[in-house]
Amino acid sequence: MRGYLARKTAIYGLTFVVAVTLNWLIPRLMPGDPVQRMVARAAVQHPETIAAMTAYYERTFGLDLPLWQQYLNYWAALFRGDLGTSVWLFPAPVSQVVLDAVPYTLGIMIPAILLSFVIGNSVGAMAARSRWLDNVALPVGYLITAMPYMWLAILLAWGLGVALGWFPVAGGYDFGMVPQWSWAFAGDLLQHWVLPFLSLFLVSLGGWAIGMRNLIIYELESDYANYLSALGAPKRLVRQYAFRNAMLPQITGLALQLGTILGGALVTEIVFAYPGLGKLVLSAIQNQDFFLLQGTLLFVVIGVLLANFVIDIVYVLVDPRTRTGLTGATA
Amino acid sequence: MRKGNVMTATQPAAAPGTEVAEQPGATPAPSAGRKPGGDARETLYFALRNPKVVIGSVVVLAFLLLGLLGPLFLRFAPMDYAGPPMAPPSADFPFGTTTFGQDVFAQFVAGLRSTFLVGLLGGGVAAVIGMTIGFVAGYRGGMIDELLNMLTNVVLVIPGFVVLIIINAYLGVRSVPMQALYIGVFSWPWVARAVRAQTLSLRSRDFIDLARLSGVGVGTILRREVAPNMYSYLFMTFVLLFGGSILTAASLDFIGLGPTNAMSLGLMMNQAVQWSALHLGLWWWFIPPGLGITLIVGSLYIMNVGLDEVFNPKLREM
Repeated sequence: MRGYLARKTAIYGLTFVVAVTLNWLIPRLMPGDPVQRMVARAAVQHPETIAAMTAYYERTFGLDLPLWQQYLNYWAALFRGDLGTSVWLFPAPVSQVVLDAVPYTLGIMIPAILLSFVIGNSVGAMAARSRWLDNVALPVGYLITAMPYMWLAILLAWGLGVALGWFPVAGGYDFGMVPQWSWAFAGDLLQHWVLPFLSLFLVSLGGWAIGMRNLIIYELESDYANYLSALGAPKRLVRQYAFRNAMLPQITGLALQLGTILGGALVTEIVFAYPGLGKLVLSAIQNQDFFLLQGTLLFVVIGVLLANFVIDIVYVLVDPRTRTGLTGATA
Repeated sequence: MRKGNVMTATQPAAAPGTEVAEQPGATPAPSAGRKPGGDARETLYFALRNPKVVIGSVVVLAFLLLGLLGPLFLRFAPMDYAGPPMAPPSADFPFGTTTFGQDVFAQFVAGLRSTFLVGLLGGGVAAVIGMTIGFVAGYRGGMIDELLNMLTNVVLVIPGFVVLIIINAYLGVRSVPMQALYIGVFSWPWVARAVRAQTLSLRSRDFIDLARLSGVGVGTILRREVAPNMYSYLFMTFVLLFGGSILTAASLDFIGLGPTNAMSLGLMMNQAVQWSALHLGLWWWFIPPGLGITLIVGSLYIMNVGLDEVFNPKLREM
């Protein structure tokens, strides 16, 4: 078990370094010189002024240092929690802006992921080997999985929001309200939460159901299932064993899907103008606020890595083979 | 990029990639032992009798034809101000018009082209990278395998969509092929894992030993001996990558990081939301693009289930 977790930690550490390096490198590959652009924006003609301004900006952003030193400075700032200053929400620090938005994103993601995982897997397990349910659930499941996240969000916003008027379609809370600890505000928050949550939940549902159905069929064909049936074990018991075995790959699948679900959460938030990370990404892009964009995305990467680690620990709890050092799961 | 879960019964290899690695015997190598290529007619025979394959491919081909031939019959370019603003579907404008009076049908047809292009290029790039790494890692083993495995795991854990956002925002990826290329570069890891696991189980077979004894190079062995034994699996993998690239591209376009010199289905949804089509009730503007993507990708997935039944006689419902 220690070997397993150590191996995982090594991979996540390496991934983190790669992600941070990419985050540092990509802006430096950008065509054009950002300092030149800022100087040009000031619209001065005098060559001495231009030289002075260029030197000033380069010193301010640390661009006059050699590249390796810029890279080290980037890491140092990162460990101080300093992600720069937002240009769009000047002078708010990026880390503060991001931290304010995170609860909204987690608030729709965590319930959507957990509920879709539990319900999807149960539906899939029921559908396996039951012809009627299978014929309905399978095509529906595939179509739901094929839906772009934002399209389902748009349909829900239009149908349940605009046309029927059941739920508000924009924002995290009513524009007339001030965030506070009160029942009225909590109720309002909940109302705005329903549609983004529902959208994310529904798109994730189909994939889990299909995956579970396929895995159960596969498990029911295996030797241990045949042996149990031959012994005369009731069907329910055999299916229960199949379900428990099929659960392991599904948990691995959950770890692999995290990045995708997160991307889905970002676009879903954009449809509903929900004040989470997705909306930050959009505002950052529209306002050319690259500090905010990078900070937000770095935060997302760290979140995904942590979540992966949590899933690994769950895996150790669920799969006894990883504990006893048998070949349960490699990296 | 939604993957894994849509793999089919005999191959839980994609989602639970880890499982296969430990139990090479548990997953039968696809069509192992059969003479490669010799049963093409038999495959076709069963494919044409499988409703999932037939329906799926008919839908996909219909959209492909519409995308390829449609522009020949259109009177307006996608961005032309063609008619009255906000007109509902009519004989003149089968999908209605936008708030600016642009022809939604013209946009849809142009968007289909980008969609297929992104799927083909993005899926193709990912397939080539993933399969190359998978084959080499699985066949060579040892240090090379360790390194490639490490690389695969790192790219697997990095949320690719996030990196794509950064790349597109900074480097200003503004053409469909470039976008597809970048999508491909970040969506190969699960393919590499699955292909590696399959290659591992093939490596110790007699016919591979024989090929090695005869002195041909590694590349030739992989191409002529290993790959043909998993053609069916590789094809199905490509179909999944194709659908995944389309979905990723749609998300990027929707955020506003799509091509600026072309129309795409994601961009249509972006503009519809931006110009409050939802509140104005212009359903003909935002339903077609999403429905198009859903039908294309969904049909691909369903076709894949059918293909699995064709390639694996055990699964056929007889």
